[in-house]
Amino acid sequence: MLLLIQYTLIFASVLVLVALGGCFSEHSGVINIGLEGIMVIGALGGALMMKYLPGGTAAPIVILLVILASVLIGMIFSLLLGVAAIKFNADQTLIGTALNLLGPAIAVVLVRAINTAESVDNVSSTVAYGHAKKAFIVNIGKFEFNWFMLIALLVLAASYIILYKTKFGLRLCACGEHPQAADSVGINVYKMRYAGVIISGALGGLGGLVYITAGVSEWKFENGVAGFGFLALAVMIFGQWRPVNIGLAALLFGLFRALSNVYTGFDALVALKLPSTVYNMLPYIISLVVLVFVSKKSRAPKAEGIPYDKGQR
Amino acid sequence: MRKEPKKKESLLRNSGFQTIIGSLLCIIIGLLIGYIVLLIINPGGAGKAIIAILKNFLYYPSATAATKYFGTTLVKASALLMCSLSVLFAWKVGLFNIGAAGQYVIGVGACLYCGLKFGLPWYVCLAAAIIIAAIVGGISGALKAYFNVNEVISCIMLNWIGLYSVNMLLAKVKEQSTPYTKPLASTNKSALLPNMGLDTLFANNEFVTIGVILSIIMAIVVWVVLEKTKFGYELKATGMNKNAAKYCGMREKRNIILTMMIAGGLAGFGAGIFYLSGIEQWMVQQTSVPAMGFNGIAAAFLGGSNPIGAVFSSYFIQHITSGGTYVDKTMYCTQISDLISAFIIYLCGFVLFFKMWLNRYLDKRDEKLAAKGQKGGEA
Repeated sequence: MLLLIQYTLIFASVLVLVALGGCFSEHSGVINIGLEGIMVIGALGGALMMKYLPGGTAAPIVILLVILASVLIGMIFSLLLGVAAIKFNADQTLIGTALNLLGPAIAVVLVRAINTAESVDNVSSTVAYGHAKKAFIVNIGKFEFNWFMLIALLVLAASYIILYKTKFGLRLCACGEHPQAADSVGINVYKMRYAGVIISGALGGLGGLVYITAGVSEWKFENGVAGFGFLALAVMIFGQWRPVNIGLAALLFGLFRALSNVYTGFDALVALKLPSTVYNMLPYIISLVVLVFVSKKSRAPKAEGIPYDKGQR
Repeated sequence: MRKEPKKKESLLRNSGFQTIIGSLLCIIIGLLIGYIVLLIINPGGAGKAIIAILKNFLYYPSATAATKYFGTTLVKASALLMCSLSVLFAWKVGLFNIGAAGQYVIGVGACLYCGLKFGLPWYVCLAAAIIIAAIVGGISGALKAYFNVNEVISCIMLNWIGLYSVNMLLAKVKEQSTPYTKPLASTNKSALLPNMGLDTLFANNEFVTIGVILSIIMAIVVWVVLEKTKFGYELKATGMNKNAAKYCGMREKRNIILTMMIAGGLAGFGAGIFYLSGIEQWMVQQTSVPAMGFNGIAAAFLGGSNPIGAVFSSYFIQHITSGGTYVDKTMYCTQISDLISAFIIYLCGFVLFFKMWLNRYLDKRDEKLAAKGQKGGEA
């Protein structure tokens, strides 16, 4: 049971971070389908940082540097979307898809190049970071507390405050609802949209890092992040683009994702004799069902996905 | 003398011509970025590696081997063409079918299960692949039409659901000792697509079947349906403006569902012609959706979302993907081609902007020319 709670919380942390990233981007008016790719790249940055940090580094510094690496790389990568979508009016879905393909491709090529350079026979795309990962974990009895759980909670609270209680957040939302109106009162729509995309890159990158450190101590980058970026988008829609609801939705989705890891520990579930594949499918099936119920009354930002054209009325 | 530049200009202004230039630019820049990445990894063999990617089957010195692998590339390209048609068809109706990958997987499951478990002939297997994949596509369409579910997200969810279910299904027809499905050639020969003599053209490459021809015919059919029929016009109108289409008496919900069903069917067709050629066996422990569907997106946009353009772009994408396997593996990895095609998709997003810029540039030049002409006249 404790294990289930632990996994639920850590997967929910991933989903919360990435979904909030999507939330910021969409509130500014840019659809970010590329979160999956951003997650992979962020994870890559974090993993490489963990790999190359010397063994004796103090835990707080490890945490800080690794997070910084993921966040920064995520931000830079998200600029690919920002520049294309905001400056060049490119189709946001197409660019997002390109990011999703680019992310894993860059990660695999880079990791393999590093591995092959270390030894010619090593053609795997795996990065091991066992020792550095320990910095993130504090054992409280049998419960493995991960600092990321706290960070996710803090980000959630901060997002709520930023989106609803600050000038910046309200302006950001205005740009996603009616950019022409926002522009007419002197808000720089382009700047706001860049801000939204870059925040989503930072949170997406961080989410990727959390995902690869959840449970395992090495990551094979050929696998990407198994559709988690899209699950996060489903969480965002289920949460109706509101931080608090996103938090609750993430817990629900995290629970179903955690079940596939730990269902063998529950006699009742084992007695059902379902193949493990069913549990793997569960988060995706649930999200489809959930989307059916919540999409009809969608509260999506009205101007999302539409390139801002100053001349348009 | 005056006529000539004018003629050249009308060509430059031609939208189709602009698209071709845009796509070629995407390819060149994409390859250039790939080359730079290779240079960064290992400057020594970068030139050789990029040539290996571009040469693909020409890597083999003997003509027989080269023809044979040309055939293999064609077989893969034909499946890719179907996936790209699937993406393209939906795109023309304003839908983004990122689910081509999942529909393709479902098609694989349907045709291999029919062929291996029930011993059915190839046309039944192919039909099963098309129908089941069309149903899966239709689910996304129906969710979009009736519940306003974003088709991109529902497609991705269905991709994963499809992958896991197909793994589960095909585990029943796998070989005892390996994670691969039984080979069609030894289990059920009737499920293999007929060669119709095409294999002899490609140095007896038995995988070259009528599938290659069928895929090109399908490309033409898709073009005719989209451009020359009332049905295609209605679908495109629905894509442009759902409400206007509804106002004009079109059944917009039906159109959305039908579009996704056709898109799904096309992807399923691709799965059928690829796996029923016996070229590959399905690995039932796969943890990621095959890249075919995603490369289909690259091919669709590189081809300027035109079915005939897709024929060429699919071949090109497959050519460099296959070419990636010939790079020097002590220095580089085969995924470098994936990186290049991903960059190409990214660059395709800029084609529209490129066209706008080109038109504006031409306008300015015309204005200048006109002004000059006026001045000349006055003087």
